Amino acid sequence: MIEANPSLSASETPSAALFYDPEFMEELRSQMVKFATLQVQDAQLAEDAVQEAMLSAYQNIDKFGRQAALKTWVFSILKNKLIDLLRKEKRTTVASQLENGPNLHGDALMDHLFKENGHWQKSERPQKWDDPDHGVENEHFWRVFDACLTALPEKYGRFFMMREFLEMATPEICHNEDISVSSLNVTLYRARLRLRECLEDNWYQAKESGS
Amino acid sequence: MMNCKEATQLLSEKLDRPLDTKEKVMLGVHTAMCSSCKQFGRQMEDIRSLAKQYSKGDQTDEKE
Repeated sequence: MIEANPSLSASETPSAALFYDPEFMEELRSQMVKFATLQVQDAQLAEDAVQEAMLSAYQNIDKFGRQAALKTWVFSILKNKLIDLLRKEKRTTVASQLENGPNLHGDALMDHLFKENGHWQKSERPQKWDDPDHGVENEHFWRVFDACLTALPEKYGRFFMMREFLEMATPEICHNEDISVSSLNVTLYRARLRLRECLEDNWYQAKESGS
Repeated sequence: MMNCKEATQLLSEKLDRPLDTKEKVMLGVHTAMCSSCKQFGRQMEDIRSLAKQYSKGDQTDEKE
């Protein structure tokens, strides 16, 4: 089956031409490596997973539906490989060691956002996002989104991506990562708080103030 | 009475687990009065859908 002449089928599919575009491939590869490294926390494992995903995409290019972008498809293969890796490898890293990064997090973040009585600080109240989809077509929006994700403390970013990108269920993440449900919920909550704030400050509000 | 800190945490957890009846009622009462938290709740869902689009690579579709 796999011997079904991949080079022939590849050349017949228009999107396969992207495999021969070095610029496209390098950008895709580096995005995938970044994503995979954050999830599996091991550069070699991540690199291997990316190579395998790309090879598997290339070999199965004839199964690739034309409606989906090539990048989407290769990423979905990578996601499955990462989920397998995460399942196989019980984490040894203590989750709390990962809480680093230059930004406000944990209690400092909470104090920044909320008053002592637990209500919003006036300056931090969520503002209306006129049209949340506005900008989704816009390359600049996704750069802001990407920067906000990268700015998350590592532990926040990692769990957020497992939940939202790999779409793993909460009990599964807890089992693999050896953390309690309540501590995962708090981590996801804080990741979303930070991401929300970052998007509002750097996109939704920035836009209004005329930049 | 639930405060904004508690309400926002439930609005996030709503995406990860089903809330129980008591939580739903308390949250409903709070967001009915608090437009900031109501806004926050909408944005939690926006973030979920943005993350979905991001991980699906939709942001590159315009190039094709």
